[in-house]
Amino acid sequence: MGEQKGLTIQGNMATALGAKLCKPDVIPAYPITPSTLFPEKISEYIADGELDAEMIRVESEHSAMSACIGASLTGARTCTASASQGVALMHEMLFIAAGMRLPIVMAVGNRALSAPINIWADHQDTMASRDSGWMQFYAEKNQEGLDLMILAFRIAEDERILLPAMVGIDGFVLTHTVEGVQVPAQEDVDEFLPSYEPPHGKLDPEEPMTFGSLGTPEYYQELKHDQTQAIENAPEVIDEIFDEFEEEFGREYNRVTPYKCEDADIILLTMGSMSGTARAAVDEMREEGKKVGLAKMTVFRPFPSDLIKEILGDADGVAVVDRNISPGFGGAVFAETAGTFINESKSPLLKNFIVGLGGREIFKKNFKEMYEKTKEAVETGEVEKPVEWINMDEDVMRG
Amino acid sequence: MTEEDKELFASGHRMCAGCGEGTAMRAILNVAGPNTIATVATGCLEVTTTAYPQTAWDIPLVHAAFENAASVASGIESALKQMGEKGETNIISFAGDGGTFDIGFQALSGMFERKHNVTHICLDNEAYMNTGIQRCSSTPYGASTTTSPSGDVSIGEDRPKKPLARISAAHDIPYAATATIAYIDDLKKKVKKALEADGPALVHVFAPCPTGWRHGSDDTIELSKLVVETGIFVLWEAEDGEICDINITKKPKERKPVEEYLKKQRRFAHLTDEHIEKIQKEVDEKCEQYGF
Repeated sequence: MGEQKGLTIQGNMATALGAKLCKPDVIPAYPITPSTLFPEKISEYIADGELDAEMIRVESEHSAMSACIGASLTGARTCTASASQGVALMHEMLFIAAGMRLPIVMAVGNRALSAPINIWADHQDTMASRDSGWMQFYAEKNQEGLDLMILAFRIAEDERILLPAMVGIDGFVLTHTVEGVQVPAQEDVDEFLPSYEPPHGKLDPEEPMTFGSLGTPEYYQELKHDQTQAIENAPEVIDEIFDEFEEEFGREYNRVTPYKCEDADIILLTMGSMSGTARAAVDEMREEGKKVGLAKMTVFRPFPSDLIKEILGDADGVAVVDRNISPGFGGAVFAETAGTFINESKSPLLKNFIVGLGGREIFKKNFKEMYEKTKEAVETGEVEKPVEWINMDEDVMRG
Repeated sequence: MTEEDKELFASGHRMCAGCGEGTAMRAILNVAGPNTIATVATGCLEVTTTAYPQTAWDIPLVHAAFENAASVASGIESALKQMGEKGETNIISFAGDGGTFDIGFQALSGMFERKHNVTHICLDNEAYMNTGIQRCSSTPYGASTTTSPSGDVSIGEDRPKKPLARISAAHDIPYAATATIAYIDDLKKKVKKALEADGPALVHVFAPCPTGWRHGSDDTIELSKLVVETGIFVLWEAEDGEICDINITKKPKERKPVEEYLKKQRRFAHLTDEHIEKIQKEVDEKCEQYGF
């Protein structure tokens, strides 16, 4: 096994480097803040002869994903990067990429959606595409961004899955923040990720096939069921590949990672970069004798219902922390966590906290407040407000 | 039947009787041959030929969405290039007028500008026929459609047709041409030139629609001829982005009055003599620009 190399780099560079190690053939990309460094780095790698690939400087994100689909169907390993409005513009094509079972990988610099226009971190962009059939991974730090790119290709291309995957790194908090990362050796990545050959056919004049047929009501529902089955089969495969990665590269990944959860009365459920702050808050509260734990979700799609039940099931209360909002209901993670417990004989009390929208900072004190509010609800047995917005500026609010 | 004679666009598709697209497609795929990969935009051509589990295509085909046949083709071309293909495989993006003139125009312009070796073929039936004859920027002046109906105070479509092939040629692409199925050898020659061009190309094919234009299904070829003989649709080709000195490939010796073309279609049935005179005048002016 080759030696891993230490580098201190921004999050976008980590995902670009992760992609480069996977030797993609075609990278159609359109620049958008905060993920622009990804296509810039890929362009540099190609210009310097470090990466042998075709980059397509498309005229929109819609065309970026369209070109990904064309390239992937031709048998090319394909990836792109985007964020926010860009992910929204390619929304239509995300469903088509998944419906055609194409293992395209996309790095997303998670960013808020307009209006008002805002270039800073939240998870609204990828949450709005959660029903597209893509797998979704969220990084806490740059190392995870790099590793998850490699993992995403390997998982997406696994014959038992064959679905596209997006890797979310929080805008600016990770995309533009410099952190130390360990970079696997190329030969080890080559071994971990063999070259891609579509197992079920491709656009090939030797063997003509029609892709993207019209699915009439006699067929559509069954075809959708089969596609859904693929993502439902994924958890087992993801666990297997996470284990293999750990064995190979020495870094542990889980769909949901528990921290101090065994004896916890209250557990915070988080995703993305906020998890580090939450962990520090848990440590401080533990020192004060509070029985609090943290569950960090790395894989949001397929939703890790089994692990959610296993890790959160014995707690008295869970604070589900959402960096997104589904207006008219609450956070997406909350909705799905609640859905997970719906038929369980025992369920923790669930509170939902909306935080960090459009780049609003999330502090340790915010997690402490969530703990207190959840604890209070557990003690009184009353949940007056299931969904609460945290760290609001009263002076800015208009009603 | 030899391999060369094999029909790559199979019969048994679900197009309307007299559809101009079917005739055009058969000729186009005959020219392209089996070493071809195609993309097709959502529309009549896609819906009538790809209903699962059947297909009328004997070449590899992908339909992704409405507006992106050209960008999906860009991805295919780049992938083949990267994986060592030497440019021997033809790549064609097919779209109707909606998928070319309107919703697909940005993707098409991007494909042209990036100089992908892709031929875009637009099958133009002058309205959104697949969704029920709605007006498009390809719809000619005076045509009644379901969203530009003629009425007591309406002539129907009140704007002229967008000059798609001229705009395409202005991208400085190696080849752009117009064609109709009445002159099948001319169409085939142009498709061949487009595919042989070193870079992006456009062939704009005029394709009558008996359902949408409300003409007899046996008038398809006749209308494809009349539209040229009246000077309404000029057959030309432009190489290497040359848009001033274009090559007119069919110049009618004596132009027929536009009325002969218009009166065969009920989409124009409401036009008065004054309207027809106005259309004639505009066609005369245009033909003068083209030099005949």
